[in-house]
Amino acid sequence: MKKTTVTKFLRKFFPYILVIAAFFICQSMIAAGTMPRTTKSLLIPVCVYIVMAVSLNLTVGISGELSLGHAGFMSIGAFTGIVIAAYARQALGVPETVQLLFAIIAGGIMAGIMGVLIGIPVLRLQGDYLAIVTLAFGEIIRNVLNCIYISLDGKVLHFSFNRPDLPGKLLFRGPTGATGVSRIATFTAGFLLVLFTLFVVINLIHSRSGRAIMAIRDNKIAAEACGLDVTKYRMMAFVTSAALAGMGGALFGLNYSTLVPANFSFNASILILVYVVLGGIGNITGSIIAATVLYVLPEELRAFADYRMLVYAVVLIAVMLITNNQSIKNFLETLRERSREKSEKKGGEAA
Amino acid sequence: MTMFLSNLISGISLGSVYAIIALGYTMVYGIAKMLNFAHGDVIMVGAYICFCCLYNLGLPPVVGVLASMAVCTLLGILIERLAYKPLRQATSLAVLITAIGMSYFLQNLAQMIWGANPKSFQTVIPAGNLTLMGGELKISYVSMVTIAASVVVMVALSLFVGRSKMGRAMRCVSEDKGAAQLMGVNVDLTISVTFAIGSALAAIAGVLMCSAYPTLKPTTGAMPGIKAFTAAVFGGIGSIPGAMLGGILLGVIEILGRAYVSSELGDAFVFAVLILVLLIKPTGLLGKKIHEKV
Repeated sequence: MKKTTVTKFLRKFFPYILVIAAFFICQSMIAAGTMPRTTKSLLIPVCVYIVMAVSLNLTVGISGELSLGHAGFMSIGAFTGIVIAAYARQALGVPETVQLLFAIIAGGIMAGIMGVLIGIPVLRLQGDYLAIVTLAFGEIIRNVLNCIYISLDGKVLHFSFNRPDLPGKLLFRGPTGATGVSRIATFTAGFLLVLFTLFVVINLIHSRSGRAIMAIRDNKIAAEACGLDVTKYRMMAFVTSAALAGMGGALFGLNYSTLVPANFSFNASILILVYVVLGGIGNITGSIIAATVLYVLPEELRAFADYRMLVYAVVLIAVMLITNNQSIKNFLETLRERSREKSEKKGGEAA
Repeated sequence: MTMFLSNLISGISLGSVYAIIALGYTMVYGIAKMLNFAHGDVIMVGAYICFCCLYNLGLPPVVGVLASMAVCTLLGILIERLAYKPLRQATSLAVLITAIGMSYFLQNLAQMIWGANPKSFQTVIPAGNLTLMGGELKISYVSMVTIAASVVVMVALSLFVGRSKMGRAMRCVSEDKGAAQLMGVNVDLTISVTFAIGSALAAIAGVLMCSAYPTLKPTTGAMPGIKAFTAAVFGGIGSIPGAMLGGILLGVIEILGRAYVSSELGDAFVFAVLILVLLIKPTGLLGKKIHEKV
């Protein structure tokens, strides 16, 4: 059975179409003044969490490695972004859009560098061990951030470890984090960042490297026997994911006036993982929808906020049990075969 | 010198708690080949049950400890039957995510039942110190009981696994599940017993930990759980003496690191140790080398 070019095109570009359509609907609602203020304040975080979920999906779904420290990369991006934006404003005097751009790029680079440093030891491990070491790194990052102080004195940035007595204005002070951040993040920037993330991730998946990454996920030994450089490709996925998380983090950091390292705990990593798992591991469109729905719903349903995490936990367990249930798997397989037979009878047009 | 000794003793005492938790991790990992992420939260449930028995019902401490062991044993079996047993054939990623879900579930359930505010735990062990070296070195009774309890648990568990029929079945299942089944070992029962023992130990650990550090909240178990897993990996996962050694070493490293290097970076030290161990000796201090088969 041949797949038509239209369905192939749709499969690859559906995430873009979805995001662009959603952006224009939101923009027209804002222009018409029909969007409530509370919903409007959710737009930027939703963009950030879409970026986080799609980038984590690259590690968990495409590369097949469970990372439990994604919020660590997000925090690096966030605090780098805050410092760089403040520096660009004070020392370089550039407009807000350029500050934001610098912040996002710097956040991505910094998180990418950390991704390389962490990836070297982490990617020598596999399975549960890899998961627990990413968790360990996430906690180490948070612990170390709690001890770092950064200040801006004129045009010079000062860093110190565990000593708050720095010259100039303190931008970042250990456990109390960053305060008085100017909120320069915009919805348009978030939208563009989501598009950029989709562009990077989808193109990576459909490239030669992407196929290599998936081959390593499916069978490492066979892929190695075919001559693939396993470490290189696993590293490529891991670092790309980290850098994108850093960029998302930078946007996130510049959306709030105060931010503390404790915001990026293990629970934050789990929250992103829940988006990925419930959206479907390896499914980019699924991650986008899950991140949007699961972020917006609890915020809109404040009355049920107490039960939110409990429901999350139950749904997470239920999804894992159902998707791994043998009889349900068999049932779905029969359904799929039946529809395939039907479409074959029609000559492949119904696909 | 006395300062160092007193730090060392509190390190060993904290390490003994980690060791008891790590025993649960290591047994479950050895036999079911899964990382039971919810193990840390069973500790928290155990501590809450004991708290309720002492504070709300006014029962004597011994009854509280026994009750919390009983509840945790049931909880462990229940978790295994409901969440993990259907996933025996699934990928390790699926099982790990389910275990994380279970951990979240327990934390949030505890928050609904007992509230998010920390409760101050009434110690089950009489407060006070043993004074040595002319009053310079003080060892609290809590530390002494913790260390003694962990030694007793360790010896009892070694005897159970080494000598009893069920222990032999456990070793068989951990070696080869399929072959064990063919030899007439009831694999499901063996796994359930493993979870039961691990959870009962978690209850003891919860009570001991909250006696030493008396704040009890729904997330109390999470961090010690992760550290105990670190200890189990440190000592060589699947090995019972390894869990004991790893736990005690980790406790000592954490306390000495906090005391002599930086008080904020205590947790970072523990995790740095984990990473170093996995890189230098991936099977841990006392672990067996596993060959990869194609």
